[in-house]
Amino acid sequence: MTNHILEMRGITKTFPGVKALANVNLGVERGEVHAICGENGAGKSTLMKVLSGVYPHGTYDGAIVFEGEEVEFKDLTDSEAKGIVIIHQELALSPYLSIAENIFLNNEQKGAGGLIDWNKTNFEASKLLARVGLKENPTTKIREIGVGKQQLVEIAKALSKRVKLLILDEPTAALNDEDSDHLLDLILHLKGQGITSIIISHKLNEIKKVADTVTVIRDGKTIETIAKQDVTEDRIIKDMVGRDLEHRYPDHTPHLGEELLRVEDWTAHHPQDTSRVVVDNVNLNVRAGEIVGIAGLMGAGRTEFAMSLFGHSYGSRISGKVFLRGKEIKTRTVAEAIQNGIAYATEDRKTYGLNLIEDIKRNISMASLKKLEKYGLVHDNEEYAVANEYRKSMNIKAPSVLVKTGKLSGGNQQKVVLSKWIYADPDVLILDEPTRGIDVGAKYEIYTIINKLAAAGKGIIVISSELPELLGICDRVYALSEGRITGELPVEEATPESMLKLMTMEKPR
Amino acid sequence: MSNPNPPTIEESHAAGSNINPVQNKFTDRLTHVLSDLGRNGIFIALIAVVVLFSFLTDGILLRPQNISNLVVQNGYILVLAIGMVMVIIAGHIDLSVGSVAAFVGACSGVFAVQWGLPWWLAVVLSLVIGALVGVWQGFWIAYVGIPAFIVTLAGMLIFRGLALVVLGNANIGSFPTEYRALGNGFLSNVFGEFELDPLTLGVGALAIVILVVQQVRTRRGRVKYSQDVEPLAWFITKLVLISAAIGFFAYALASYKGIPVTLIILGVLVLVYSIVMNRTVFGRHIYAIGGNRHAAELSGIKTRRVDFWLFVNMGFLAALAGLIFTARLNLAGPKAGDGFELEAISAAFIGGAAVQGGVGTIGGAIIGGLIIGVLNNGMSIMGIGIEWQQAVKGLVLLLAVAFDVYNKRRSGGH
Repeated sequence: MTNHILEMRGITKTFPGVKALANVNLGVERGEVHAICGENGAGKSTLMKVLSGVYPHGTYDGAIVFEGEEVEFKDLTDSEAKGIVIIHQELALSPYLSIAENIFLNNEQKGAGGLIDWNKTNFEASKLLARVGLKENPTTKIREIGVGKQQLVEIAKALSKRVKLLILDEPTAALNDEDSDHLLDLILHLKGQGITSIIISHKLNEIKKVADTVTVIRDGKTIETIAKQDVTEDRIIKDMVGRDLEHRYPDHTPHLGEELLRVEDWTAHHPQDTSRVVVDNVNLNVRAGEIVGIAGLMGAGRTEFAMSLFGHSYGSRISGKVFLRGKEIKTRTVAEAIQNGIAYATEDRKTYGLNLIEDIKRNISMASLKKLEKYGLVHDNEEYAVANEYRKSMNIKAPSVLVKTGKLSGGNQQKVVLSKWIYADPDVLILDEPTRGIDVGAKYEIYTIINKLAAAGKGIIVISSELPELLGICDRVYALSEGRITGELPVEEATPESMLKLMTMEKPR
Repeated sequence: MSNPNPPTIEESHAAGSNINPVQNKFTDRLTHVLSDLGRNGIFIALIAVVVLFSFLTDGILLRPQNISNLVVQNGYILVLAIGMVMVIIAGHIDLSVGSVAAFVGACSGVFAVQWGLPWWLAVVLSLVIGALVGVWQGFWIAYVGIPAFIVTLAGMLIFRGLALVVLGNANIGSFPTEYRALGNGFLSNVFGEFELDPLTLGVGALAIVILVVQQVRTRRGRVKYSQDVEPLAWFITKLVLISAAIGFFAYALASYKGIPVTLIILGVLVLVYSIVMNRTVFGRHIYAIGGNRHAAELSGIKTRRVDFWLFVNMGFLAALAGLIFTARLNLAGPKAGDGFELEAISAAFIGGAAVQGGVGTIGGAIIGGLIIGVLNNGMSIMGIGIEWQQAVKGLVLLLAVAFDVYNKRRSGGH
């Protein structure tokens, strides 16, 4: 009845003792953008790994039909030869090589005598860059361009392989709104050129923007495939979590207390280019029991502000004053900041938040070992008990606290990071992108935890790229632009439009 | 992250709950024993090497005198291995320990022989010099931020050179008896002459009792906090086997000359440093730094301070190794400590330390060092030349690490 470019029939994939995919069916029509949604661990990535040959034929049950013939991929090279290219969330580019070199990596443009023809390489690369709308010299090194542009290079690389089916795994997870929009437009543009895309995403608004069809996967099973005209956010969420989410954000009635934290005239400069102001004279305050949001576009200096405040972990020539309960405190080192009641949970869990080769228990205790010390020794049974308590109260999904954090899903890793800081018992908790890369169900849990902390009298600062999230959970929001606070609104008065206006307010020049 | 796609826990929970294989108690226990053996593969490797060479040497390897020699000959490498594995866990390396050992040995010669200081003062001064060397290297590594590989490569040249300067192109000997006891001495005959030294047997028995009590207490503690414990039968089997090994070892020493002083030093070091690494905040910070330096820093761990003290400690242990070696040869010479760093590094890696840091144990490094020691000793008894000994040791290092990598990949770990 329809013109399917890809059909996956009855895919079942079993890991020792675990059924990751159970009889999954997926039909993708030629020339469409097909979105796949599902919670972390639902089996989306596993399905894509089956499709791209990472799990070779024979290690799964079921059939894959691509362009009308049944295919049996042995590895990635096999599937790429057929025109199926997957772009992972973590980009696979070599930072010290040029854009052109990356595009033709393992597909080098050779001239006479088998040597690389650099003119041809750069010429072909610039043609591909034009197709993805990236205005960069092909000889520019990858590390000199931003993540958004790197994503485009990945797509150019896919185009160089004559891609027919492009798979994008969480393509906008690390991008700001502008870059995301550009990328989504590009996907639509490529669709116009006949390239079919599968996009895996958590972001429901962008799915609505680009997808023609949405397939929802839960617990390793296909729940349903929805055509564009029937797609609503509520329906997708309901399919993903298997229950109605009455509200996306838990109810929260603030009980505000005294002023906990006040930051005055906080200024920080770029760590290398010390003449460049990155955080410009920031003033803000947080009261006990209050959830305060900081909104800003990528590059506005949100993380830079938080990290410079937290033990001068970022920047140079830092100045300004910090007061806790009206008393001035110093935060020159991380240890000093923690001691004075400030904690910061990073936006990049894997690089800055967790020791992935250690277990849950040791990650939770990492910032507060002194508490567990008795006669100069760490009381390890007590540590186990504490960690187990957090595993239960934070609903960390793991059979025991001895599981390595590297094996947990994003949402559970985030709960471990939060447990670590809650156990450290700070007065003020700065949460940088607390729900990045986390599925809807786990997000709700994180919000609930944040509410509980506020109810316990902590001051919370939430930094987020998602405006609806800030407006959904905060009591008060600051807007940050070019390192300056450009506005402050109680949440009742803040709308996405008003916030965006503040967030894009430029410095008078 | 060697394995590209280990299923996440959540995946296993999401889809796997309904197809949990039926397991009875027996297979459960068997799995535990097997996984335990897998984790302690290095221990089994040591036993295998010992058994192999006992056959190849017609039992000479396990003769009392040879067992005693094994300890004394490898003592200084094992001392170095303790410090080295700590440095490696934190993600560094130390190439200078052989030269530092030689330098400190030379200094001790000046103190004890040329200046005629009391032996104990010479020892203390030498250890202080070792710690100061560590301060020097730790400063560059921790506070200036130069990679340990470079700083200690420089140190390797600097302290080898300084050792020659101190020696003035000559050997220094012979040392006072008490000093020599560090490397050659035995603790025995305290209770008079016996066929089997009662003190040695007593210490052996005491070691077994302490081991059993400690293990039982740990197990009780874990049960009290409702943690999983291994099956009782396996727990007892392991205790019996280890106790038997200690018993045999003590018997061998008792029927020769008693407990070597080197072994006493080593025993104290292993005990103290195992506690430091497992149970103190400092030790746990070392693991945290090796596992993820950024995360450790942002958790308030003073990474520079930890790095600094790690190298001070390494300098101290290198000095101790230098003293033991000098005492054993009764000579401080220019060639002392040649290649020690390589043996100590090999010991740490054979013992399961990870090149990227974050993983490793004191016990593992000691066993790794013993494997090298048994290989050295066994091949020497068999009359195999030094050239083949080198090649075989290199191969063992490679295979040990390869086995470790394979094991981790199979179990889907990181």
